[in-house]
Amino acid sequence: MELSRDEARAAAERAARASYGKLVALLAAPAGDLAQAEDALAGAFEQALRRWPETGVPANPAGWLLTVARNRRRDEWRKPAAVPLGEDSASLDPLADHDPYAIGDKRLELLFVCAHPAIDQAARTPLMLQTVLGFEAAEIARAYAVPPATMAQRLVRAKKRIKQARIPFTVPDRRIMPERLPAVLEAVYGCAAIAWRGDPGEAQYLAVTLAALLGDEAEAWGLAALTTLMLARRRPSFVPLDEQDPAGWDAALVDEGEAYLRRCGSAGPPGRFQLEAAIQAVHCDRRRTGVTDWAALHTLYAALLTVAPSLGARVAAATVVGRIEGPSAGLAALPTGAETFQPYWAARADLLARAGRDATAAYQKAAELTDDPDVAAFLTARIKAAKRPRGPKLPK
Amino acid sequence: MRYTLLFHYQELTTDELGPEMLAEGQRAMSSYAATLHAAGVLVSGEVLHPSELSTTVRVRDGSTQVQDGPFADTKEQLAGTIVIDVPDLDAAIEWARQAPQAQWGTVEIRPVGTHLVDGVWS
Repeated sequence: MELSRDEARAAAERAARASYGKLVALLAAPAGDLAQAEDALAGAFEQALRRWPETGVPANPAGWLLTVARNRRRDEWRKPAAVPLGEDSASLDPLADHDPYAIGDKRLELLFVCAHPAIDQAARTPLMLQTVLGFEAAEIARAYAVPPATMAQRLVRAKKRIKQARIPFTVPDRRIMPERLPAVLEAVYGCAAIAWRGDPGEAQYLAVTLAALLGDEAEAWGLAALTTLMLARRRPSFVPLDEQDPAGWDAALVDEGEAYLRRCGSAGPPGRFQLEAAIQAVHCDRRRTGVTDWAALHTLYAALLTVAPSLGARVAAATVVGRIEGPSAGLAALPTGAETFQPYWAARADLLARAGRDATAAYQKAAELTDDPDVAAFLTARIKAAKRPRGPKLPK
Repeated sequence: MRYTLLFHYQELTTDELGPEMLAEGQRAMSSYAATLHAAGVLVSGEVLHPSELSTTVRVRDGSTQVQDGPFADTKEQLAGTIVIDVPDLDAAIEWARQAPQAQWGTVEIRPVGTHLVDGVWS
């Protein structure tokens, strides 16, 4: 079958995307060398683009990429063209030595490497985005609003550290798992936040894979539920949560997210991700009941603030207070010292508008602080709406 | 893979420590050394005299400058080193965590680049 270069590129990209993390993990684990693994994989990818238009896409594209990448690494001193790669390479499956669980396990090991305590905290999520999800350093730099050279240097430094300090490619045992897991969950959550505007499905898949491989870690299932429910509600353009039409949510994903939340079990007090997932689940429940259970949200936010009192959680908790006790109480509940935090201004503007007060300046500030043009457009539209006189809106 | 564990802590005189604390510290160090040895990971170890006994030497433009005092005049000083040979950083972290010095000071884990074998860098 003759493939066009574009078709070959699409097939290679699909294969690389779908199995990027496990291929990097398999290639890097023996020597702990991520940079070399990525180079070898990039070379294999180029070779696929050259060969697949002539030979067709192999039966096991990921296996093909792994074999070629391994050969390239082994034969670095030789010309890459001399690497034996007959037509039979499609039937040769290098992934056959690994059962699927072990392959997943390799990727799990890579997650623990990326979020190792010896890695600079600021580099953990970027490293995961690059080595596990296959994002380009330039894309990651854009997401973090730092110059590409700065991000590239941060990633290179982290990889050098992994190799030279010999950070092991292993999943920590039960004894140290409790101190290692939070950083991994945090970094995967960071991936979901960064990948949000691109393809959030990949980070959700990563969270679910992590939970499934760990088996009975409640917080990992909490994160899987959280990312799944967030994905279920994803809209092409920005609409505030309580104005979204539940009919537009992905019902199958909501069910899936709720199922993950049930897997958290009830052993011990719920952690941050379980609580955040439960908050999402309460919002999603509006598709059944037609109303938002603000009292349940109030309880969940109170619990969340005791385990993870982040600025975002405090702002969100204040908006819930605003719905239950009225906008003035909500305004009083807003945290202080959050004047550079965009969600603070968005919440403040909404509460002022609900209280029938002038919200123009707060909406403007919120619109200035967001880096999402879609959100900025929404907030600017609210300024116009707020300028029209309207009486105080009473909470339901 | 070799790692050097560098122990940094505030230097106290034997009077400041008191005989009981001193004896307790020495017991803990002996037991730690015995554990490292029994596990087959111990390469070498030194406990240093206080940094007030340090002398620093520099040669600049052919002239030797000898000075009293340590390299860096900080509150916490390098007080000892232990070299271990273990598979990876996690193993080194585990040994560092068990060091008695981790209780009162800071243990820095530095991977060893190369070391001498019979006068030759390996």
